[in-house]
Amino acid sequence: METYSFLRQLADSWVLLALFTVFLGVIVWAFRPGSRPLHDDAARTVFRNDDAPRGAEGHSPTGEPK
Amino acid sequence: MVYARLALLGLVALVAAIAANWGRDLAYSVHAAIVMVIAGGLFLWELRNVDEPRLLPDQGAYMDGPIRAGVIATALWGVVGFLVGVFIAAQLAWPALNFDWSEGYANFGRLRPLHTSAVIFAFGGNALIATSLYVVQRTSAARLWGGNLAWFVFWGYQLFIVLAATGYLLGATQSKEYAEPEWYVDIWLTIVWVCYLAVFLGTIFKRREPHIYVANWFFLAFIVTVAMLHVVNNLSIPVSIWGSRSVQVFSGVQDAMTQWWYGHNAVGFFLTAGFLGMMYYFVPKQAGRPVYSYKLSIIHFWALIFLYIWAGPHHLHYTALPDWASTLGMVFSIILWMPSWGGMINGLMTLEGAWDKIRTDPIIRMFVASLAFYGMSTFEGPMMSIRAVNSLSHYTDWTIGHVHSGALGWNGLITFACLYYLTPKLWDRAGLYSLRAVNWHFWLATIGIVLYAASMWVTGIMEGLMWREVDAQGFLVNSFADTVSAKFPMYVVRMTGGLLFLAGALLMCWNLFMTVRAVPQRDAAQTQAMPAE
Repeated sequence: METYSFLRQLADSWVLLALFTVFLGVIVWAFRPGSRPLHDDAARTVFRNDDAPRGAEGHSPTGEPK
Repeated sequence: MVYARLALLGLVALVAAIAANWGRDLAYSVHAAIVMVIAGGLFLWELRNVDEPRLLPDQGAYMDGPIRAGVIATALWGVVGFLVGVFIAAQLAWPALNFDWSEGYANFGRLRPLHTSAVIFAFGGNALIATSLYVVQRTSAARLWGGNLAWFVFWGYQLFIVLAATGYLLGATQSKEYAEPEWYVDIWLTIVWVCYLAVFLGTIFKRREPHIYVANWFFLAFIVTVAMLHVVNNLSIPVSIWGSRSVQVFSGVQDAMTQWWYGHNAVGFFLTAGFLGMMYYFVPKQAGRPVYSYKLSIIHFWALIFLYIWAGPHHLHYTALPDWASTLGMVFSIILWMPSWGGMINGLMTLEGAWDKIRTDPIIRMFVASLAFYGMSTFEGPMMSIRAVNSLSHYTDWTIGHVHSGALGWNGLITFACLYYLTPKLWDRAGLYSLRAVNWHFWLATIGIVLYAASMWVTGIMEGLMWREVDAQGFLVNSFADTVSAKFPMYVVRMTGGLLFLAGALLMCWNLFMTVRAVPQRDAAQTQAMPAE
């Protein structure tokens, strides 16, 4: 089979299936049990470490100013 | 190390001097001269600092220098880009503005790529680099990786912009839309971009937070994908290393497909994924509430990444591209509507419980309006990608209106809001100089966009209908010139809209300048009694 036809067939069968499976896996992974506290913590990342990197002088290990 | 740098800079200046002399065309010689002056200047600067003691930066602080520079560059390039846009809009309305004396330098054909590159790559690109470096430090709780590499990224990117812009005016272009710069400018951008990726990834690697915040995923997807698009779409062989001309490796429909794979993903990853990174950090910050649904943001990210890359062929309906390919592009464009609106809803719903801020906080109002424009243009885009709609809309001003409701509304407003957020933070000011001016800016920009988009809908659909109108014998009714003269009033309205948008941006520059100059420092203000809002 010529390269073009082979790639074309591969793309709209197995590769399509693989990509779709990965995508479904992502959704299942996002909704897995026990993920809520992790996600709530991640969503609050923006409210930490606003003024200096963590571990810097004058700041506690959690990044809150002393 | 210092001597190696000196030797390298001297060598670059020497080769650039030879190239300026041997250059086969004006643009190349001018570019070589620019490089020579910069390399020579850096050589002298390095030489004078050889034995000077160097100040070590404070590792316990964020590296905000390049970000401050990026904020200034974003505002300035924005004004330049909008100004050129208003001028070429006026040229379309009054062709006499293509002056005889400027023919071949400042006629519409030369200025149009200058406008698009200035607003997308100079304004948008600087905004993306500055905000991404700000966000990755705060959400990783780590200083930028790579020391002065971030400064190289900033200045290297400015050099890319200057080379691209002067090249267009002097006629160096490979005539690929949004990828006009010639081969040596492309190579330079590749080097700068790889360094940008290194700084960004290096900072993520040394993060002190367990999780990589979702905004960084969007920024990373933007950096990696743009690198891939840029390299593949610019595969070309220079005619001579002493000239700016080059020959594309692809030809015919393969070249067209590669170009629009690049072109649409420049929209998808540069103007969408990157700016969504801004949204996921700055909207929660300004609203004071975490993002509405972190799970939705994960699904939003992967859906957007999986779908966008296939949408390009919808630019090539009714061409030599096979039907299956353009149908594929159309189908993926329509499916793309889902993640686009998922992301918009996630951004808007972040305001849940704080909706009153739309009334009291003009910066929040700007974010909300930008998300509304994002929603509108990501509904309009899939609709226009449908083959039957495209047969009416393609090649008309409808496309221009669509692009500008996205670019001015979504990218423009969200960037302005980020600049208003960043300036007091970066210069350690108590707040903005004038919130009333922000309010004025909001309304000038919004009314400008509405005038722009509405006039382009009217003129675009009108000209599409005029082009396809046939009489009882099957002859075309209108000539092309008929459509041009019928569009005149709409062109004037469009230019007025652009003028309002530009006026708003100038007001912002004044406001940001006064914020840095006249507003007291944050700590000084805290000791005074603050009135309750």
